[in-house]
Amino acid sequence: MLLEIRDIHVHYGKIEALKGISLDVDEGEIVTLIGANGAGKTTTLKTISGLRPLTSGSIAFDGKDISRLPGHKRVLVGIGQSPEGRGCFPGMTVMENLLMGAYTRSGDFSKDLAEVFDLFPRLAERKTQAAGTMSGGEQQMVAIGRALMSKPKVLLLDEPSMGLAPMLVAQIFSIIKEINNRGTTVLLVEQNAQQALQIAHRAYVLETGKVVKAAPAADLLDDPQVREAYLGGSLGQH
Amino acid sequence: MNANSNIRSGNPLTSLRRAVGGFSDGVRDWWAAAPRWTRWTVYGLLIALVIVAPHPAIGSFMSPYSHWPSLLFSPIGTFVLLAVGLNVVVGQAGLLDLGFVAFYAIGAYTMAVFATKFGWNFWGILVIAIFMTAVSGIVLGSPTLRLRGDYLAIVTLGFGEIVRITAQNTDYIGGARGITNIPHPPTIFGVDFALDPLPYYYLLVAAIVLVVIFAKRLERSRVGRAWEAIREDEDAAELMGVPTFRFKLLAFFVGAMIGGLTGAIWASKVIAIQHNNFPFILSATILAAVVLGGSGNLPGVIIGAFLIAWLPERFRGFQDYRILIFGGALVLMMALRPEGLLPARRRRAVSGNGGESGDTEPGATEAGGQAAEEVAK
Repeated sequence: MLLEIRDIHVHYGKIEALKGISLDVDEGEIVTLIGANGAGKTTTLKTISGLRPLTSGSIAFDGKDISRLPGHKRVLVGIGQSPEGRGCFPGMTVMENLLMGAYTRSGDFSKDLAEVFDLFPRLAERKTQAAGTMSGGEQQMVAIGRALMSKPKVLLLDEPSMGLAPMLVAQIFSIIKEINNRGTTVLLVEQNAQQALQIAHRAYVLETGKVVKAAPAADLLDDPQVREAYLGGSLGQH
Repeated sequence: MNANSNIRSGNPLTSLRRAVGGFSDGVRDWWAAAPRWTRWTVYGLLIALVIVAPHPAIGSFMSPYSHWPSLLFSPIGTFVLLAVGLNVVVGQAGLLDLGFVAFYAIGAYTMAVFATKFGWNFWGILVIAIFMTAVSGIVLGSPTLRLRGDYLAIVTLGFGEIVRITAQNTDYIGGARGITNIPHPPTIFGVDFALDPLPYYYLLVAAIVLVVIFAKRLERSRVGRAWEAIREDEDAAELMGVPTFRFKLLAFFVGAMIGGLTGAIWASKVIAIQHNNFPFILSATILAAVVLGGSGNLPGVIIGAFLIAWLPERFRGFQDYRILIFGGALVLMMALRPEGLLPARRRRAVSGNGGESGDTEPGATEAGGQAAEEVAK
């Protein structure tokens, strides 16, 4: 397993946000975490990338325990995250954002930049534009592209489709699929369960800080309970 | 702000603001495109201007009511150096520090104590003062830099007051009476430091030039990029592999050193210091200088500090009304240039007016507005 999370508990003050979550991500997979608001999806990602401290439990990456490793060092072992919302640096240009992604690396990034621009041709057209002046979809592209610049083994994506127009959502998801095809493992947090389950290999369903279901994504698409709760019920069938 | 940019006529304030903005942006673009020799010429002219500045001919216009060379040293020179230091913390790393005066005080008291009690040489104490304030920056920073935004501001405000009140209540450093008879710096290169403010002014100018070069180099380095990332989005910076805590501490460290340097030079000039010289309002004034000038942009910050220091003295003829006029001038400037007189290029870019964006997605303007609001905070 590339990423093994065992029984992690995370608190915000006295409130327990994660109540013992365990999950695995294998190399080459797309794994998705779905669930309602407040289920703990974002907290799970933040805990993996080191922005939130653990109360108990363990996180192992590539066989090494990283539970106590500070966030900025987790980038070095190969964890890249695109944060929730429009998590780019608004005052920096697209190019500067991407170069920040390579902050921990040295040497020549031209190949990596070319790859990002290949995935997101839109960014190539707007290299010198301040990221804060771009549309929501473009900012999301910047955030994902920037995360890729650190050459992560696993890419953590937090609600990449949030607030985007339906056409853009489809585009972002196909790009995520493409990133995975090129060899990057993806852990995807989504409220848009339908789309997420279609591209993912496996999925976990989170409810109030616990994993309530873990199964191959295709099975969950057909699961009546999941359909009821996250996929708009059976309305689509009539 | 975005809404305003669509209105071509009407509000005279808006059109005036645009005219002012257009001018300073024009200057910026010209500067960005200027070849090397032009820049060096401008640097040379600026230095020349600063050197001839104390001349009475200039003084009679700039300061009809007070002794101009004295003003040039303090408050003008000291404010500029303090603002350059605070700009590292507030403008570059984005940490709101309301207690910057603490470092100024520690620098001044270090100079006073080592000179009067141990009789050390001025230059030696200068180094000690910078070291002491750097350490105090770490002492303040390490427990508090886990806080963000408003909370950090409150804690730093408290630190400023703690230092002042401690000075007031510590008999060893003079208590409420302060320390008197601080010796002047020794004669160097035939220049005698005594009551004449000119040598101190030139000493301060030399310090400002060195510190500006140092700050500019930092800004363009890896450290500067890390600070910028932290300022824009601290979590995202950590996710990029920036050790955010360490770099925030470094910003406090550097800012504190500059504050301490200013305090030490100032103490040796004024001979007597006491806790009243370091009130909270001084921190607020320096912060106002940074914000007014254009947080994050050194030329802007220097101009801001100059105006904040100079205007109240220039208006001295209005007697009690001078602070009212000063306040009015501040309000007017913030109305015309909410992002500062000469803002950093990035802030300007984000605060709307991203005219080249042909994007029609509704989210675009909204995001720009949000970002601008964040910057405004």
